[in-house]
Amino acid sequence: MINDSCAGLYLHVPFCLSKCPYCDFYSHTDLSLIPQWIAALEKEVDLYKGRFSSFDTLYLGGGSPSRLSEDQIETLVEMIQSRFHFDSCSEITIEANPNDLNPAKLKKFRELDINRISLGVQSFDEKELLFLKRRHTVTDAEKTINWIREAGFKNIGIDLVYSLPGQAREQWLDNLNKALAFQPEHLSCYQLTIARGTLFWGMKKMGRLQPISEVDEEGFFLTTSKFLEDHGYIHYEISNFAREETYFSKHNQKYWQRRPYLGLGPSAHSFQGNRRWWNVRSVKKYCQALEEGRSPIEGQEELTEEQVRLEMISLGLRTRAGLDLSCLGEKQEMKKMLPRLVENGWMSISDNHLIPTLKGFLVADRLPLFFD
Amino acid sequence: MKQIRNFSIIAHIDHGKSTLADRLIQYAGLVDQRQFRDQILDTMDIERERGITIKSNTVTLPYTNKKGEEFDLNLIDTPGHVDFSYEVSRALASCEGVLLLIDAAQGVQAQTLANMYAAVEQDLTLIPVINKIDLPSADIERVKEEIETDLGLDSESALLCSAKEGIGIEEILEAITERIPSPKGSLDAPFTALIFDAHYDPFRGTIISCRVFNGSVHAGDMIRLMSNGATYLVEEVGFFRLTREPRKELSAGEVGFIIAGIKTVSDTRIGDTITLETNPAPAPLHGFKEVKPVVFSSIYPISSEDYQSLSDALEKYKLNDAALVYQKDSSAALGQGFRCGYLGLLHLEIVQERLEREYNQSIIMTVPSVQYRYHLKDGETVVVDNPQYYPDPMTIDSSEEPFIRATILIPDTYLGNIMNLCRERRGLNPQMHYPTPGRVELKYDLPLAEVIFDFYDKLKSLTRGYGSFDYELIAYRESDLVKLDILVNSEKVDALSLMVHRDRARARAVQICDRLKDEIPRQMFKIPIQGAIGGAIIARSTISAFRKDVTAKCYGGDITRKRKLLEKQKKGKQRMKMVGAVEIPQSAFVAVLKTDTD
Repeated sequence: MINDSCAGLYLHVPFCLSKCPYCDFYSHTDLSLIPQWIAALEKEVDLYKGRFSSFDTLYLGGGSPSRLSEDQIETLVEMIQSRFHFDSCSEITIEANPNDLNPAKLKKFRELDINRISLGVQSFDEKELLFLKRRHTVTDAEKTINWIREAGFKNIGIDLVYSLPGQAREQWLDNLNKALAFQPEHLSCYQLTIARGTLFWGMKKMGRLQPISEVDEEGFFLTTSKFLEDHGYIHYEISNFAREETYFSKHNQKYWQRRPYLGLGPSAHSFQGNRRWWNVRSVKKYCQALEEGRSPIEGQEELTEEQVRLEMISLGLRTRAGLDLSCLGEKQEMKKMLPRLVENGWMSISDNHLIPTLKGFLVADRLPLFFD
Repeated sequence: MKQIRNFSIIAHIDHGKSTLADRLIQYAGLVDQRQFRDQILDTMDIERERGITIKSNTVTLPYTNKKGEEFDLNLIDTPGHVDFSYEVSRALASCEGVLLLIDAAQGVQAQTLANMYAAVEQDLTLIPVINKIDLPSADIERVKEEIETDLGLDSESALLCSAKEGIGIEEILEAITERIPSPKGSLDAPFTALIFDAHYDPFRGTIISCRVFNGSVHAGDMIRLMSNGATYLVEEVGFFRLTREPRKELSAGEVGFIIAGIKTVSDTRIGDTITLETNPAPAPLHGFKEVKPVVFSSIYPISSEDYQSLSDALEKYKLNDAALVYQKDSSAALGQGFRCGYLGLLHLEIVQERLEREYNQSIIMTVPSVQYRYHLKDGETVVVDNPQYYPDPMTIDSSEEPFIRATILIPDTYLGNIMNLCRERRGLNPQMHYPTPGRVELKYDLPLAEVIFDFYDKLKSLTRGYGSFDYELIAYRESDLVKLDILVNSEKVDALSLMVHRDRARARAVQICDRLKDEIPRQMFKIPIQGAIGGAIIARSTISAFRKDVTAKCYGGDITRKRKLLEKQKKGKQRMKMVGAVEIPQSAFVAVLKTDTD
């Protein structure tokens, strides 16, 4: 067993009532498969017995984990907590849709030690919710947030999506103001990405959806960062903001900081040592494999030194914490572009770290190409 | 004893040479149906992809004629494109006869004429063959008339065939044995063989393709290469039968290969004579005339560390493509490289592709140029094919550029279009005549520089593929030339400079700036692209900067996907040349070569 004291555990709940037109995470709409999936998951959990020493985060993501019944969630959480060791102060998050929650369900969450809710509000504008084909209204969302607070949750994250076709800057700021009214500890603001395999992708191809211009995207991004920082939030990752450092998503940081994590469920990804592996992207194949006593792993890779470095750079430069300069290694080649990157205002160097600026965040996908 | 016939197939491009060669090979039973694939002699991927033959290839076909006599028929396949007429003439030097293939629908074309003259010059026996007689548009009577009037040959001697359908193949093989004379030469005279091709094999050294004129050679003989006196011990001789087939000896009249452990690439010269050390021939065979390159461009390694590797690759490449000439060159923007001379633009493209595919080189090619002459005020004359060495304009008294005399054959309905094209390309002295009704033979004096880029493509598209074209260099003529510089991000990229006629400079500059705007990927800063003559900017375009390039979500724990994308981008970057702060992809240098996109 590798001693990774601070591993994260991700559980992918691959079920949704309907697919959102922008989402490219794996999910299935046939909810009748849930019991079979839970049974398979139990077998997968057993495969990892003793493979990770302990965890300090648990993240129920999806899909729509909140769609599961109270009993099903209880089964899952207890199954995991009984098989794996968790630190006493672990962060336990569940992703939720506004109209999946009610006070009774939230009470159950508290009993299961779930201490963080990531709520997929997406927008506080009815028209935008319709465009995004969300199945809740603004009132549903507001009511739900109040219930979450009333249930005693001290760590709420609200997910919003912006840079929508035709969206005006004021409209978006109005959204942010409505979110701030609830003083969420955490905000994820994602610019709309039109990914292959989604409904929006098809609409764009057919000319029925016109994405906003790159110049507007730039403007929206800068406006968002400034507005939230003015309201006391820390812009700690490209799309993530938190009121205080303690509210940074402990689990998501594991991805960016290259800490070990175990992903359970169809399409989930895992990382330990220098190895990455991932499960099949199909509930049926996942269940079938486990029922036949086989592993549901579809692929894996052993990272080379060069790949490790590339990951460190690309992930590090997505966060405000930046990249420890020592990660670049000894080769001077790697550092020859640094003066230019700083000169152009994409990053700064402080305390032996390479820190991306806001301007750097905007082109974070290109920055790693400057190191070789 | 077996009799020998050495022959070649010559034709205008697309008239079906490779298909006929395929049929002959099949008829001779060299391959069974199962192993067969089309264009079997075209071994290079690039030949198959483009459906053209670039290299002459040799194959020996065993054949027994109707009288029961046995033959070895040496077929030397040849390219059809105007750029490769040199390959054709080398192949012809090894033959006694040719099949002159003519498309039954298209009839006699410019290359048919040019190839026929080359064959006649070498006193070869001509067998006209009308191909594609199965086509609905075939007009055999008209083609026969053209054979009489255009070629001056007896149309009664023409054979009819459809290589595609396998019709008339036996008649062709019979005619080869009956009409083409057996090779002359004496077994008793000292050994002489003409090198007409060669290629390098890393294990066996140079593999020489040759035609033996006198005497014979065996494994164990000591050969001497007459141009430099180098001697080598013969390891193996044999025939080409799709693969190399070793033989005891190669003797007078035969075509085959010699392997003699020749590791010094430069020792083998195409056109050189091989003789024996023990009983040398008194004089070398009549070789081929040296080819003169007409288009020049430089080749640079994308990464300067690869200079040596490129140098080795060129040396080996040259063995197999005698038409390429090169010498060292250097550029401020691109570093150390080579200035190369080519037969034409297609040849240039082929060299580039083959260097990349067969020799694993990552290269950049600069804008091609012809050779210009500058008469300076001090009475001196300089010849310049590289814009880098363009003389100071203040010192130039007058300048000259090479002109060609183009022969263009087209259906008369396209006459207006083609005359416009020629005028636009500064064509002079038009002449036309109608060899047969409905067809025009148009002659023009054109600056070579206007022809090398895309004239042939243009001609083809303007005539729906029915136009054909051939040319010969005629003279240097006075011309008003200027040097056009291209600035990328305010830095002059010398590799993109070119010399143009003053009247065409602005149009060309605008075109190049627009082209580069499309070809250079957006970068992190705005990049102006300018065309300039001296200090004056005459054209400009701008590549906008990336405003935003970041994915909102990192796909949960799926870091692999993200990293693979980056790895792919990094790989793409390795194929770009850093010029100042700007990454210029190889495709940008190539794109400048092509003129109009329409």
